[in-house]
Amino acid sequence: MKDFFKKLPEQAVRVAVVFLVFVAVVFVIRQFIIPPEMKEPALQQASSMEREVAKEIQYAGAQICEQCHEKEPQIKKIGYHRDLSCESCHGAAQKHVENPTEVKPTSPKKRDYCAYCHKYNSSRPTGFPQINPDTHNPRKPCITCHNPHNPKPPTTPRSCAACHAQIERAKAASYHALIACSVCHTAPEKHKTSPRTVIPTKPDKREFCGKCHDKGSPRKGAPTVDMAAHGEKYVCWQCHYPHTLGGI
Amino acid sequence: MEAAQNFMELSKQVVGFIYPNEIDIQWSILIVVYPYITGLVAGAFILASLVKVFNVKELQPTYRLAMLTALAFMLIAPLPLQLHLGRPERSYEMFMTPNLTSAMAMFGFVYLWYLMLVLLLEIYFEYRRDMIVWSSESTGPKKWALKLLSLFSTDISEKAVAFDKKTVKIITIIGIPSAFLLHGYVGFIFGSIKANPWWSSVMMPVVFLFSAIVSGIAMVMLLYMIIIPLRDGKIDMKCLDRVASFLFYAVIVDFSIEVLDFIHRLYESEESIKILSQLVETKLFMSLVVLQILLGMLLPLGIMVVIKVFRLQEEVRKLLYFVCGLLIQLGIFSTRWNVVIGGQLFSKSFRGLTTYKMELMGIEGFLVALALLIIPFVILSILIKLLPPWKKGELAGS
Amino acid sequence: MDRRDFLKHLGWVISSGGILGGLSADAWAKMLNKTYDTTKHYYGMGIDIDKCIGCGRCMQACKTENAVPAVPYYFRTWVERYVIKTDRTVSVNTLNSDEPGDVLVEKDVLRSFFVPKLCNQCDHPPCVQVCPVGATFKTDDGVILVDSKRCIGCRYCIQACPYGARYLNPETRVADKCTFCYHRLVKGLLPVCVEVCPKQARVFGDMKSIASPLGRFTRMNKIHVLKPSLNTDPKVYYANLDGEVN
Repeated sequence: MKDFFKKLPEQAVRVAVVFLVFVAVVFVIRQFIIPPEMKEPALQQASSMEREVAKEIQYAGAQICEQCHEKEPQIKKIGYHRDLSCESCHGAAQKHVENPTEVKPTSPKKRDYCAYCHKYNSSRPTGFPQINPDTHNPRKPCITCHNPHNPKPPTTPRSCAACHAQIERAKAASYHALIACSVCHTAPEKHKTSPRTVIPTKPDKREFCGKCHDKGSPRKGAPTVDMAAHGEKYVCWQCHYPHTLGGI
Repeated sequence: MEAAQNFMELSKQVVGFIYPNEIDIQWSILIVVYPYITGLVAGAFILASLVKVFNVKELQPTYRLAMLTALAFMLIAPLPLQLHLGRPERSYEMFMTPNLTSAMAMFGFVYLWYLMLVLLLEIYFEYRRDMIVWSSESTGPKKWALKLLSLFSTDISEKAVAFDKKTVKIITIIGIPSAFLLHGYVGFIFGSIKANPWWSSVMMPVVFLFSAIVSGIAMVMLLYMIIIPLRDGKIDMKCLDRVASFLFYAVIVDFSIEVLDFIHRLYESEESIKILSQLVETKLFMSLVVLQILLGMLLPLGIMVVIKVFRLQEEVRKLLYFVCGLLIQLGIFSTRWNVVIGGQLFSKSFRGLTTYKMELMGIEGFLVALALLIIPFVILSILIKLLPPWKKGELAGS
Repeated sequence: MDRRDFLKHLGWVISSGGILGGLSADAWAKMLNKTYDTTKHYYGMGIDIDKCIGCGRCMQACKTENAVPAVPYYFRTWVERYVIKTDRTVSVNTLNSDEPGDVLVEKDVLRSFFVPKLCNQCDHPPCVQVCPVGATFKTDDGVILVDSKRCIGCRYCIQACPYGARYLNPETRVADKCTFCYHRLVKGLLPVCVEVCPKQARVFGDMKSIASPLGRFTRMNKIHVLKPSLNTDPKVYYANLDGEVN
């Protein structure tokens, strides 16, 4: 061993010394000088989670509202807005929970706010009640006719278009424009109040469409096909969309 | 108000749909500069290793210059990274708690390994004898600087010098895979991002590596042609021809790999191909098709073929080599731009493109990038003063 | 790391007097100790595309709850509107939650819908894999968090996220993203986007609990996740998702 070191040229020894000093300094700094919370990921993650957990809440959550407000939640529970959280409309209310007298949550009263959900937009699911604010009682605040905690039309909807505007619009431009909804659909009265649970009917027989569209039908002007040969096992509306122009 | 205005301005630049958070380009011009610089380091080192490991004698005049160039650029390489961080003051975290699954966390270690164990050691052993001699010949601070750099070594016996030579060779042999590691690794940082189809490719480290070799050789060639006349020396044409010929081969390999990557993408034509084609045809047309491929690769290749086929005069050759070197630098810088910026110009929804507007002033702006590209040359000039790559006799061309 | 380790480390941090201010840290440690065990939960979210009405209340509430910069970009959650025309062309845009927008009636629409997006809280998160300093990490209850005190702002995670869920917070200059409202979860509240969603298009739940809304959601629907080919294993589950969405 001793011989080996003696054989090493002096420059190699010098380089080795510099290198070892460097390594030793790094080791000492890392091992003894740097505090553990700077180099232990587990500690850092724990403290990071603490900071995350300690962040302030802005939205108090729906449950807590009922503890003071009795009337509105009770009304809301039976209406169409039962799935809405209070803060969906009234905004972040944690500050109001902490200090009920001084901080009041917002209460949107303008038409604009209801429009976030109820202005017509062709991407919204069909059946979701939508209106065109320019033609639906312009400038009148929504809440004069609709109670936001139990919104329903002031009268039971007379026309299907009240909810199915999208279909109504398409149908108006189609060849079926003059055919009333009730010709093809039977809507039980309860559909108007519980639209999701009581669903209107659709024609379930080919012969229904055949009244106008079968070969030799007495109806003039309607395009006809030989129903015996055309599309045998399908009901017509499985391929043709009767509400649009051309019915594709 | 200002934010809304900013948004309007930005969204005007967007074509199609991008995710809302994609409105900002995250990696700016500084991250273009970073792989360009490390590429030069790796390339210059590979050129130097040709002399020591593969015994290409003609290249001897460029050996020390290549080593010093590599060192000068290596010293600056971490700066663009450091400056682009959102919180530069926290960069030490990389050494405190490096995340072993992160390609980027390894940067510090790859960098230290390459700088300390390869470049500095090799330069130390290469220059040690000369440093001892020079320090005995000079006075004042230079004497002490050289003494310190030689670690106060004094042994210039034949045996010690022979040891130096042997060590240099061993270090170079370790250095070649290290240089490959350094730049291949930079390519891996991009190539391993599966979310980004423009980057995500197993070819990325290889493409980076060969473009690095191309840019490094071209840079040393340019420097050789500039510095030698400045020091009243004579350019060794044999050496220059040989460097150019290695450059030629490197460009061919680099070009082939890039074409392979391109054809592969086009042929597989995966989900992302539509948006990537649109990217290349519009936002990257100038920098990719014109600058990188036509001016930066095909034109220099053509010129070098002409030089090889027709026996041109020395002066014409020199001029053409010089033009080639410049074009290649332009081309490789564009390559880096197209990878780094190009990879961020399309949305990960594959439905739209955005734009990068470079700042002029700011810390991630054009001027800082320019400064980062100039500083290595300043460092190099100091290094050359302190550790001259050529002896007087060599300059005269003997 | 199991819970005992977690608490042990916690105690260590507090006694070492290092990074945490005394009282609040102590209070939270007590709370975590008594009422919340990270290993007993594993969170996920369900989103029903057919229910989303595109009202944007989730986007707005998220910005308020989490102090996301109030500019028209940077979102922890956002809603995309897809319109697919009869000629099969697709146009997409991000909802503006600041105003109800125009009455939208387009011609030749084949189908159209809204897609709420947020951080997918991947089981194999690429952002965690690439973070050089380990500042972003997955908690035992399956949420990906960012340690804003240690993030160096290199933005590698933003590049690595396939979903565009991350952004560089312009105020703190560190990476930021959806946390499933972690500060609410531990206190038994819902993430705020789920809380305010008027149609229950968003469903939140604990996959370790025997019965949860998410459990029913994943039983009753055909489920799809975003970009499954990237093998990130998202924990945001979509029902009735269209193939055009990515």
